[in-house]
This record gives sequence, structure tokens and C-alpha cells, in this order.
Amino acid sequence: MRTCRYAARARNDGEHVTKRIVSLIVNGRHREEAVADNTLLLDYLRETLALTGTKRGCDGGECGACTVLVDGEPRLACITLAARCEGRRIETIEALATDGRMSRLQAAFHEKLGTQCGFCTPGMIMAAEALLRKNAAPGEAEIRDALSGNLCRCTGYVKIIESVQAAVAPPATAGSTGGAQR
Amino acid sequence: MKDGTAALNATPAIGVRQPLIDGIEKVTGRALYTADLPATGALVGAILRSPIAHGEIRRIDTARARALPGVRAVITGEDCDVAYGVIPVAQNEFPLARERVRYRGEPVAAVAADDAATARAALALIELDIAPLPAYFDAAAARGTDATLLHANKPGNIEREVDHTFGDVDAGFATAELVREERFHYAEVSHAMMEPNAALAEYDAERGRLTLHSVTQVPYYVHLALARCLRMDESRIRVVKPFVGGGFGHRTETLNFEVIAALLARAAGGTVKLELSREETFLTHRGRPETDVRIRIGLKKTGEITAVACEVVQRGGGYAGYGLVTILYAGALLHALYRLPACRYHGLRVYSNTPPNGAMRGHGSVDVRHGFEALLDTMADELGLDPFAVRRANLLPVPHRTINDLQVNSCGLDQCLDRVEAASRWRARRGRLPRGRGLGMACSHYVSGSAKPVHWTGEPHAVVNLKLDFDGGITVLTGASDIGQGSSTLIAQTVAEVMGVGLGRLTVVANDSRVTPKDNGSYSSRVSFMVGNAAIDAARALQRLLIAAAARKLEAPAADIGCDGEDYRVAGTDRTLSYKDAVAAALEDAGTLIVKGTWSTPLETQGGKFKGAAVGSSAGFSYAAQVVEVSVDEDTGMVRVERVWVAHDCGRAINPLAVEGQVQGSVWMGMGQALSEESQYHAGLSLRANLLDYRVPTIVESPPIETFIVEAPDPNGPFGAKEAGEGSLSGFIPALTNAIADAIGLRLTELPASPDRLLEAITARRRAERLRKTREAAAHVNA
Repeated sequence: MRTCRYAARARNDGEHVTKRIVSLIVNGRHREEAVADNTLLLDYLRETLALTGTKRGCDGGECGACTVLVDGEPRLACITLAARCEGRRIETIEALATDGRMSRLQAAFHEKLGTQCGFCTPGMIMAAEALLRKNAAPGEAEIRDALSGNLCRCTGYVKIIESVQAAVAPPATAGSTGGAQR
Repeated sequence: MKDGTAALNATPAIGVRQPLIDGIEKVTGRALYTADLPATGALVGAILRSPIAHGEIRRIDTARARALPGVRAVITGEDCDVAYGVIPVAQNEFPLARERVRYRGEPVAAVAADDAATARAALALIELDIAPLPAYFDAAAARGTDATLLHANKPGNIEREVDHTFGDVDAGFATAELVREERFHYAEVSHAMMEPNAALAEYDAERGRLTLHSVTQVPYYVHLALARCLRMDESRIRVVKPFVGGGFGHRTETLNFEVIAALLARAAGGTVKLELSREETFLTHRGRPETDVRIRIGLKKTGEITAVACEVVQRGGGYAGYGLVTILYAGALLHALYRLPACRYHGLRVYSNTPPNGAMRGHGSVDVRHGFEALLDTMADELGLDPFAVRRANLLPVPHRTINDLQVNSCGLDQCLDRVEAASRWRARRGRLPRGRGLGMACSHYVSGSAKPVHWTGEPHAVVNLKLDFDGGITVLTGASDIGQGSSTLIAQTVAEVMGVGLGRLTVVANDSRVTPKDNGSYSSRVSFMVGNAAIDAARALQRLLIAAAARKLEAPAADIGCDGEDYRVAGTDRTLSYKDAVAAALEDAGTLIVKGTWSTPLETQGGKFKGAAVGSSAGFSYAAQVVEVSVDEDTGMVRVERVWVAHDCGRAINPLAVEGQVQGSVWMGMGQALSEESQYHAGLSLRANLLDYRVPTIVESPPIETFIVEAPDPNGPFGAKEAGEGSLSGFIPALTNAIADAIGLRLTELPASPDRLLEAITARRRAERLRKTREAAAHVNA
């Protein structure tokens, strides 16, 4: 609703919203697009490119569900202007699979139940992806730190941590967060 | 599943750690939630909300909004004069307020426009004239003798008063060797599911048909409410639930925005997408009410409970919603965890000028369970009994009929207690930890589905259809809403187990009223139990047809035909028929097979005959025990949960992976309520309607949760299974405050245990100690 509010103000105040041609790379593809100065990266991805894997979970910078990678860094698409991404490389959840096969992180989140309702999952996985690119073998504290801006309401985070650990380590050694026993 | 083609060979389908059958869509971003649905050319809906908490609507002038270019529809309370609400006898809410607004943020008008900017601009052009009325933001004020009534037919602003006494309470207290009473106050909390509310409504003006895609947990309720509010025949309405980003009870009731989207689509003669902001999603509310609990317990020196008396007051918000059910649950679920010989309950559900409360995970039972378990802990301390011993002294024998007529046929609480006591090394560590560190424990339970549905139609409680066609694929048709808990996976596992086929043969089609059977929805943890049983019934029916066909082909009596993996074999011989050949044989003459399975709760589990007896009754109860370890910083009031050990009796874990996920999620949601989550209002204005101020725990402060599955099979459950998604929540909260008591000797009676509250309590205690010492010293001098 953030864009709505901005745009409504523009209309009421008689502000002139300019558009500019922005060229950027989204999921490996070059794009050249006219975007309004006030268009958020989130809306550009979801509405212009139909990349709806990136979710809107809040009114701006609260929940992390819209986390994408900008030049490899995790960024909140809901508080990033599309126009500021000129020349940048954007990666969304849709880019992680290769030839239709899940990435290690995606497979781990699937197999370890790091996802329940799935709404926070794309943002959570992108934040974890950014971590693993920098740190191939993060400790539990580093995982917690890297995902601290991503809220999940289903899992209590236990299986999210296990999922990231499973993507790092061979299955036999994964899981030290107090997982379940029977 | 990893190679993309699920195995077709038969393997055990239940009791295995099964990733969700729709998990791949979720981790790849392909899962489409309501706001993700393609809706090219859809109009954009927006809602205008009341700026005041209580007032009479004098006039709503929409002329300027209607005149704005690009505006296609403007609607107000005038456009729908039919009240709706989840409980048929308590329908007093309109999708858009009529005559009166009763909370700040209540929808009063809505627009559909070509784009979001125009919709917002149109809202700004609507003129509201609302005359303020006295407003009440807590239950005591609303009950004041001169208070203006929110609803004319509800004297004292009381939505529902419950007075239930079972057993001889006075005699029970008379025989007690220790009687104690305590008062508790609990803040209001919200579901805060990650997906904000959204609906996509399509109206076909030529045919008079409506399709609504929404975030609902109960498409059936939405279907009924749409038909009612739009005065449409049910057959002209289609309700579809796409992927849903959590619910936790928020989406059990039909919510105003769902009806508003439909009204807008009809008014505009087209398609309207209505996405609520996070703030609006909070305002839609339906969370756990602000609650006051006063509880008295009588104990023998052995710890045996002799009597309980409990008074509960809930601030319910501006409309009835689920209110009467919540206040009944609070009393009913005092029972069925322990053996209670006598119990008196008095409950008041009070109207207030705050957003309406509703069902939230652990519906009605949570705050009361805290009061009970916290007081029990205090009393155990006073009697010199171990908290575990007190619980063990009151275990239910099974089968057991409680004094309020709840039927308990299985209970694994004893095993739950053993598991967490051992795992936490309770005996070795309790009372021996350094100051500031403590262990606490508590128990909890919950229903596996409300035994009586809200709508009395005489239909079975659950229906599942199976379609088997020439290709050998089995399509499972269910109306059960998977909202992330994994119900579609569980239903598939259940069918696969009975049929002896691999999951790869199954496709689950869920929640499209045009093709799937009606289901009562995902609430009260009913799906595993009820729909699971219906799925077993359906699978058996299909298997009977296949076995009969195999018997014909193999020229043997059906009784001799056994399953050999997916294939069929004449017992004691090597004569077999492949699954595909059996399918072909079964389809001869009959064609495509469609079978039905149903399930209804046994009569003896449907509760007693007294008024309100339906609430709390269930065909199966889950049980849980947990130990929480905390460290408390007495200088800052900060509480850190170091570790949790939880054991949950789910009867039989059909999918142990999902059971763990549900139990961990429940414990953690209890932690949020216990430590940091609360609503806050200023003159009815919600101050925490965002995910920064409404403090959901992050991954940083979330503890390891060691999870133990206990299986005390229930004779009525599918393969013995009971619920796993709610029962562990309420136990966390008392386990936490009991742990704080162990750590620093302070028992909090107001929650959440936020640093400000705890610090205030610590400071008050220090002040009291100083005062006592000063007085003692003075007395000494004087002497």
C-alpha cells in the first residue's frame, strides 16, 4: 500500500511523477524499463515482471519477506526504489533453481520443513543465500544473525536453522538446534 | 522426491518424515498466494475506515468520490443491510458499518478504481459525518452502570455470561488442605500471520455469478456469508482458497474485507483485487482478547485437586464474532487435562470499542491455562511438592468422562511428563541453578476438532472424494484448507497408506467449491482427525473396488486377495495382478471411479446436555508437557529463554516431521505471548499495528526447542492420531513464569513478561524488602 499512498499524494498534490529508463539485470536477464521515480523495487518485480515469489508482508521494512539480492547483498525490495537499481544485478527466489531443479538451500528448506505456510520462505532463503555466498560454513550464531531481519510465524525458526545447516553440511552432521527425537 | 519423480512403488506412507507435497512450490517462489494471482485489468479496491472508536453515522457523502474519473464503484453500509457473523445466533456485524461505528478502523466505505492511486484519492474525497459516543476501551469501563450500550439488545455491554458448576465445589474446598487464590491479567495478542489479508473477487454480471479467491481458513463460511450478505443463491458463488500464508484463527471467521471485495465487484460489474496493508490486517484483528482471570484451587497435601473456582472476563471488541465460543472454551477446557472433582466457572464476554476479537490458536483455553498452572506451581511450592509430582497426582484415568461431560479416550500426559523431566535433567538441576537462572514446567491440552459443527445441517463432519481414472492416478478432492500446517500432505499420506500406493500416484485438489466437497474448515485442530478419518473411509471404499476387480480377474474370492505393494495377490499363491491391470479391470463397465468417504464424531464425544456443552467437546484430546529454562537479568528485566523441552501426545504421528513443526511453532507462539506480544490502544487507536511495535520474536531470541513425540493412540483417531498444532501453546506461558519464579523468586501475574513489567515487579519487591528491613530495624531500636 506504500506505493498507493505515494501515488495518491502525487495526484492530490498535483506532483509530477517522472519516469526514467532504467537498465538492470534481473535473474540474469537484461531489462530496460521506464519506471516512475517512486516505484518500489517490490512493485516493479511483482507487477511489471510478474515475479510474485518476492512477497509483500508488511507496510515497509518490518518483516523481511521481500528480501532479494542486489549485487549479491540482501536488500528489502519494499524499501528500495527501482530507479536506484540502475546497472545493478537483482536476484529473486525464482533465480535459484537450475534447470528446474531446486538449489541446495531450497531442497534443504523443503526436506527439513524449513517452510510451513511458505510466505516468509522466499525472503528467508534469499537472506540465507546471501550468507552462504560469503560464508560457506556459518555457525549457528552467524545463521541467526543473518536471518534476524526475517520474521517467520510458523516454525519457531528451529527447522529454519536446521535447513540452513543441512544446506551447508552433509545430512549426517546437520541439526544441532534441539531438533526432535522420538 | 528429490529427483522430481516421486517413487511409484509402495512404501509405508504414515509415520515417515514426509516433506510437504506442496513444499517445492513454496521454496521456489512458484506458490501463488491470493495477492499473487494473475489479475490483469482488475480494479483496485480500497477501504475507508472509521477515524473514531464509537459514534453514530449521520451522513456519508460519496458524491465527489463517485465523480472522480477512474472510480468504478463506491459502496457504504447502505449497500449491505444483512448482518453476518460466524455464530448463527450472534450475527451483528455488517461488512461496512451501518448507523454506528464501534471501533477505530471499522470499514465505513469502499471504492473500486482503475488503479491504486485513484482508489486512494477517491477515499480522500468521501466525507464522513460521525457523531461521537462515549467509548470504552476496557471491560470494566464498558460494564459501568451508565455506560452507553454498543448493541441495544446487550444490557451491560455483556455479549455472553456463562455460569457453570459441576460437582460439589463448596464441599471440595472444605476438604482441601490448602486453598489459594490469585488474579491474573493478560494482554490482547494477535495472530500476525505473515501474509497480509487479500481477496480477489470476480463478478460475472451477465450470469449473476461470483468467484472469490481469498486467504480464508474456512471457504465454506465465506461461501455462506457471501450468499447471505449479497442475497445470492449459494450455487451462483464459487470460493477458492489459493496458497495461504498462515492463519492461526484469524481467518476462521468470514472477514469484512472478503464481503467488501465481493460487493465492490458486483457494484463495478467486474473484477476487484483488494489487498489490505499490514496495519489494516492488524485492525481486522480477531486475536486473543485482553483477559482477567481470578482462580482458586483447593489441594490435598498430596497435591490432589479437590476443587477449582474460576472467573474470567474477556474484552471482546465491538462485535460478537466468536465471542460466546471463546468465553465458553475458557471454562470448558479447565477440564480434561487433570481429574477435577468439582469446578465452578463464571465467564463474562464484554463488548468494547476496540477491534473485534475472535479465535486464536488454543482458542479460549490459553490465558486460563496460565492462571491454573501458575497457581498450581505456587501451591506445590507451599506444600513442598515437586511440580511434576502435583501433576502426576491428578492424572486422568482413561477412558474418562469429565464432570462437564467431555469424553477422554486416550491420554499420554504421564509419558509426556516422564520425557521432559528426564530430558531437562529436572531432578538434578531444579533448584540448583545459579540465581537468575531457572527451570519451570507446565502441562496443557487441546481438542482434536470441535465435536459439534457450527452449522447444524445433519451432514457428516467431513467428506473426502477420490477419483480414479484410466491413468491409474488418484485425485483426492478435499475442502480442507492447508494453511501451512500440512493438511494436504497428511490426507495424501492417509490415502496412500490405506491403498498401498506411492504418494506419486496421488494429486490433492483442495478448496475450490466448484469441484471439492464442502468441508467445515481448518479450525479447532479438526482436520487431521476428522478429514483424516474421512480419507481413510474413502480410500477403503476405493480399495474394495480394486480388490473386487482383482478377484474377478484372478478368479479368486475377494477375501483371499491381499495387497503386495501396489499389486494384488491371491493369498498363499504366486498369482498376482498389477495395480494398472486392477485399475483397468475396475473401470470395465463402471468407467471412471469416484468414491466418497465420510466421518462424524461419535455421539458420546459430543458433550453434555447443558447450555454451552458443545464447546470443548471433542472426539480426542492431545496432551503436552514442557520444561522451560530461562535466564533473567534483574538489572534490566530482560528474560532470555535458553531452552525448551516439550513432549506432545498426538496419538500417532502420521507425519512426524509436520508434528514437530507444529509443536515447535505452538511453543514459540506461546513464547511470543509470554514475553513480548501485546496490543496497545490510545483512545481506541491501535498503536502497534505493525510488525516492529507488535513484537513477534525474531530468530535471535528464539530458543532451541527439543521436541518429543508421545503416541497414546486414540480409538477414534485416524490410525490413532490426535491434534498436534495447538495443544503445546498454552503450556509454554506458565512454564515460563514458573521458570522466572525459580530464577528470581518472583511470580508475575500480568503478562507479557516484558522487561518493563518485570523490572517494575523487581523494583517493587526491592522496595518492599527495604521497607520491611527498615521497619524491623525500627522495631528493634524501639524494643
